[in-house]
Amino acid sequence: MRDFFTLSVIVATVASGIRLATPYLLAGLGETVGQKSGVLNLGVDGVMQLSAFFAYWTMLERGSLILATLVGIGVGLVMGAIYAFVTVVLQAQQGISGIGIFLFGLGFSDLMFRRQVGSPRPVPQLPEYGIPFLADIPNVGDALFQHNLLTYFAFAAVPVLALMLRSTTFGMNVRAVGENPQAADSLGVSVGWTRAFAILIGNTFAGLAGAALVLELGIFQPNLTAGLGFIAVALVYFGAWRPVGIMSGALLYGLVAASVLQMKALQIIPRSASDIAAMAPAILTILALIVLAGRVSAPAALTRPFSR
Amino acid sequence: MSTFPLRRLLALLFSFGLLAAACGGSDATDASDGGSDDDAPAASSDLSVAVVAPSASDDLAFTQSMIDSLDALGITPQVTDGTFVVEDAAAAIRGYAEEGVDVVIAHGTQYGGSLAEIAPDFPETTFIWGTAADTQGLANVFAYYPAADQGGYVNGVIAAAVTESGSIGVVGPVEAGDAVAYVNGFVAGAEANGASTSVVYTGSFSDVQLMAEAAQAHIDQGADVLTGTSQAVVGAVGVASETDVAWFGTQSNQTSLDPNLVVASQVYHWEVVIQEMLDLREAGTLGGEVFELNLENGGLEIEYNDGFELSDDVIASADAAIAGIIDGSIDTGA
Repeated sequence: MRDFFTLSVIVATVASGIRLATPYLLAGLGETVGQKSGVLNLGVDGVMQLSAFFAYWTMLERGSLILATLVGIGVGLVMGAIYAFVTVVLQAQQGISGIGIFLFGLGFSDLMFRRQVGSPRPVPQLPEYGIPFLADIPNVGDALFQHNLLTYFAFAAVPVLALMLRSTTFGMNVRAVGENPQAADSLGVSVGWTRAFAILIGNTFAGLAGAALVLELGIFQPNLTAGLGFIAVALVYFGAWRPVGIMSGALLYGLVAASVLQMKALQIIPRSASDIAAMAPAILTILALIVLAGRVSAPAALTRPFSR
Repeated sequence: MSTFPLRRLLALLFSFGLLAAACGGSDATDASDGGSDDDAPAASSDLSVAVVAPSASDDLAFTQSMIDSLDALGITPQVTDGTFVVEDAAAAIRGYAEEGVDVVIAHGTQYGGSLAEIAPDFPETTFIWGTAADTQGLANVFAYYPAADQGGYVNGVIAAAVTESGSIGVVGPVEAGDAVAYVNGFVAGAEANGASTSVVYTGSFSDVQLMAEAAQAHIDQGADVLTGTSQAVVGAVGVASETDVAWFGTQSNQTSLDPNLVVASQVYHWEVVIQEMLDLREAGTLGGEVFELNLENGGLEIEYNDGFELSDDVIASADAAIAGIIDGSIDTGA
């Protein structure tokens, strides 16, 4: 165990945890905005798979990281528009619609990969940028300030979204339609449009999460997300619908997973306990959810369609 | 009031459309782009063949090795791949049997329970199941497994010669099946030749991100050579490429993932045992036997990457290891 608590291992673990946390954080932040408006989206994982594939395909064909990222965002926007149409205009049941989006993303990304790519082929990964001055801080710089731009964006988005939800007119409208859409409507707030914009923001973040994942790995294969989007939805509950809470949950999940990997590599965790240790991040999240369950409450109108 | 039913109808149509599109992705026709004819007989005989497999047929690993092997036999099978969910695989296996397909290959250890229920219902169908070391007492089931420890050992011998730090990282999915056999063999080969190894099982066959971070953890600890098994290793190979670390593959030739850093791959040639099974089937034996892929029968082969230069001495030590495994003088640690 002493081997784990060395500076080099801790730095490597923190850096790894931040990398692992990034897609969870992006997807969780987006889902938070949607849920604050009263719309649950269980299709996050499917949107991530679609955006990951199209970002990867763009990278293969055009070789532009910027274009690939924009395509990932664009896929999220398109899927958001579809989901908004289904849940806001058609008022379909949100849980079932989300599962439909997930299945579509899983299947269509798989189909497109087979037809357009075939075998996995590597593409250039997102380069890491050291933040001037901060990256030069011994050890801390390596752990916290040597990451790719999408990682920085994810963490920078936390205070921005928190401020938006708390202090802007749009943010207050989002919270109002998520808590009491009838009251918001009586005050002149367009429940439909507010929810639609919140869904678009949420899916854009999911699209960015998919792009961040695939461009960090530099390769795509079917079912790349492996359920990551569903964990992101759970992290929204873990974070009590607050961006800072989501960040805490994502970091906890990432750091626990990274610690387990490092301990296995150092042979601190014996191979006989390997499979049990692999469950640690999920177990920790579930325990946290159980503890938090009675202390926080979801937006009152979550999953409830609105009609006058 | 009048628009309410229309909304519900549109929502229903939308959901149906999404699900139809999703289903389109999970039912592959074949590994080559050409699609397959449902009624097409196998090219090497009159037998029709279908494959049900857990990962994509072009995964550069477990499933692709089977598709490539059938291709080598001139067989274009019907394929249902990506069936990580066992219930989906069971439905596909039963579906092929009901269609009258002669030989159904259930390419996944996890399909054993389903096969035990399905095979007795179709006594005229031959089911080929792997990786598994027994037929569960079913007369119409052949089983197959690779002695992956053998090629793993040879890869380990070569890796010990390639490493400069003396530290080698190994990543695996879960400690079971041919994954653990390969890992144990690799560790035995590398350590017998003076290298130290560290093994990380991620606990998932499909988590590419976790596999990538496991590889990074090894590199953080000083490893300059990596190997791994499962379809999720593409993430680990990406890390190897990024950090300029040599990689050893298994199941399928993984050179295309990085033509500069993949040193060698243990390749499964399932065709060696599949051909035997098909011959038995045509001779009237529908199952009941177990087949092993190994270095001796040519079912396992070490394929080198011409783009990675290895000295003659290293090749000679690998050849010596192969000879020792075949004559039984080397214990692979299985």
